[in-house]
Amino acid sequence: MTGFLVLAVYIALFAASLLIVNWVTRSFFNKSDYTALKTVTFGDESAVRANRVASVLSVLAILALWIAFTNSTLPFPQAKGPYDGQFSFTYTSTLEDGRRDDAEVVVLVHKEDLQLSRDEEGKPLRLPSKPEVEAGDGFARNDSLIIPRYGSKIISVFGNDEFKRGDGAKVTHLNGQAVDPGDRLELEQGVLSLTPKGGVFFEPATGFRMARLYLPAPEVTTNRFLELNADGYRNFTLLEHTWASLQRVLFGFFFGALLGIPLGYAMGLTNWARGWFDPIVEFMRPVPPLALIPLMIIWFGIGEESKVILLFLAALWIMAIAARAGVSGVAIAKVHAAYSLGASKSQILRKVIIPNSLPEIFTGARVAMGVCWGTVVAAELVAAEKGLGMMIMVASKFQLTDIVIVGIILIGIIGFLIDVVIRSLEMWLVPWKGKV
Amino acid sequence: MSELLIENLSMRFELPNGGAVQALKNVSLELKSGELLSVLGPSGCGKTTLLNIVAGFLAPTEGQVVLNGAPVTGPAPERGMVFQQGALFEWMSVRKNVSFGPDMKGVPKVESARTVDRLLDIVGLQDFKEKMVYELSGGMQQRVALARCLANEPDVILMDEPLGALDALTREKMQSLVLDLWKETGKTIILITHSVEEALLLGERLVVMAPRPGRIHKEYRLPFADLGVGNDLREVKKHPDYATTREQILSMIWEMEEEIMGRTEDES
Ligand SMILES: Nc1ncnc2c1ncn2[C@@H]1O[C@H](COP(=O)(O)OP(=O)(O)OP(=O)(O)O)[C@@H](O)[C@H]1O
Ligand SMILES: [Mg+2]
Repeated sequence: MTGFLVLAVYIALFAASLLIVNWVTRSFFNKSDYTALKTVTFGDESAVRANRVASVLSVLAILALWIAFTNSTLPFPQAKGPYDGQFSFTYTSTLEDGRRDDAEVVVLVHKEDLQLSRDEEGKPLRLPSKPEVEAGDGFARNDSLIIPRYGSKIISVFGNDEFKRGDGAKVTHLNGQAVDPGDRLELEQGVLSLTPKGGVFFEPATGFRMARLYLPAPEVTTNRFLELNADGYRNFTLLEHTWASLQRVLFGFFFGALLGIPLGYAMGLTNWARGWFDPIVEFMRPVPPLALIPLMIIWFGIGEESKVILLFLAALWIMAIAARAGVSGVAIAKVHAAYSLGASKSQILRKVIIPNSLPEIFTGARVAMGVCWGTVVAAELVAAEKGLGMMIMVASKFQLTDIVIVGIILIGIIGFLIDVVIRSLEMWLVPWKGKV
Repeated sequence: MSELLIENLSMRFELPNGGAVQALKNVSLELKSGELLSVLGPSGCGKTTLLNIVAGFLAPTEGQVVLNGAPVTGPAPERGMVFQQGALFEWMSVRKNVSFGPDMKGVPKVESARTVDRLLDIVGLQDFKEKMVYELSGGMQQRVALARCLANEPDVILMDEPLGALDALTREKMQSLVLDLWKETGKTIILITHSVEEALLLGERLVVMAPRPGRIHKEYRLPFADLGVGNDLREVKKHPDYATTREQILSMIWEMEEEIMGRTEDES
């Protein structure tokens, strides 16, 4: 249900910002660059440029949804939240001989994440105690109970009564309304119902917001990030966790490229190497690195070694195939020209084949880094003592969703930064890419 | 005196499906030093194959090529090559491209720099020395290719449709440049072209090839190249013989193309 609501709001935000921004740009800005003068843009891929306003709004929309559908305290519009507070209802106990008596139940619904929050002095908040109620008169006595939000409880209303279920007492009315077992009573505070066996069951209203366990509010996540940054997690600072993952990737990629590129060149340049390594490369290419994790653990244990070797293998085939493609992609005219100009074989390799393959190698490096980064996180999920993957895995076992989210965001950002770095290296080192 | 002998070349490509293509059959030619030979012929008659054999990229199934008394066994700097396009090294600047040959030979930097300057002056690209080749237009790139070939001081220059990818105006200017370079350097040149006009204007000698099997159909000796050196090529085209020769060759090639079409229809 909530999922559909989120989707609907998201689509509405998309459409609304599109209309508003279009209207604003049309009325206040007159663009007159070349692309703006094109009359055919739909279908002309080169005329499609990412609208940066849309990108910014997209991120803001996600933040807005995040706030709206979690129990955030930030001053932004929010979906209907879960009930918390105190209310009471009455039940009527009827005996077999027809005698009845009413009693009141005071229910205190408290925030489910109280113990995870802190007061001004930094101490964790404590659970409230049950509200005090007077017993009242008659054979049915008043009760009180506490329930966390998003929780539910079967209320033992007879616990303190004079006549209990065994004595033939039955709940026949709730809030004065006659009910049979299985009936539900929708209240503003939640749903009150009679179980098939005749017990009273209460489920506080959850609204449309997600509990902290499922999705912590943005400020909770931010605070957790600051806290992790200051105090670290599991003996290592956040930076150390990040660096641990990144280091494995860099080592794995480095060795993978170091061996893979010459391997690819050999395969592109000699029949024997092509024939010899073809079965291996073609076999290993479709094996996802994740499938190798168990074997790596069996062979090399759960330490650094197994992870770096895993990433090495992940990068190796990709780089070998990229280098091979780079060699095969050299226009034969260039090689012929170089020979006619008196180049030797080694000069051809250094001056023609290697530079010519650089664009392919960079493309391969981008793919390999992406795969390595994904693989390292997965490998750390299985076993590691530091690393972002380990952090989110351990945190999830303790249901610390905020740490999991911090980890995921960091993984995404760093993966993106890696790509940006490789792309700028590429623009710097291979300026001719795509221009010939 | 450099002399290029093409002796009785035959080239047969065995196809993977068991068939074979006779790309060349008994082609013989003799070029004296400083001669400019243009080669014309319908598509697929073996022009590129012939040039590749002279360059040393292909070994013929029969016959041989002899330059200055030594048989050709592979590519070498004494036979320079200018390709239609895409043979420049785009990871190098114009200067580096032109000095590629001297650099490979280990010519001292000062000397190769002087060569580069001289050649870039000749082809009119002095201002573009430090530009990357992908920043140049197609015509400029072909001038770089010419300069790069000349920098190596080859005895013979082989050109496979070097101006084929250029627009008509640039092409005309480049034709003058080729003629001027030819006179100035006195190199032996074999020029393959699809354009009858170009073949007539530039070729001191002209060979028309015929397909299936690729062979020499007819040879001409022409006055236009000499007239064209240092002159406006458009003036040369007004020469009374020019139009008649052009018509003659055009209809000859036209007939050959027709014949090819007819024959393929018969086969199918
Ligand atoms: N590597 C090869 N394998 C098989 N056949 C080939 C090969 N190279 C050329 N041929 C055949 O040899 C014949 C001559 O080819 P070539 O490229 O020399 O023609 P061309 O005169 O240069 O044509 P164009 O004017 O189109 O460039 C063609 O029929 C071609 O199909
Ligand atoms: Mg050809």
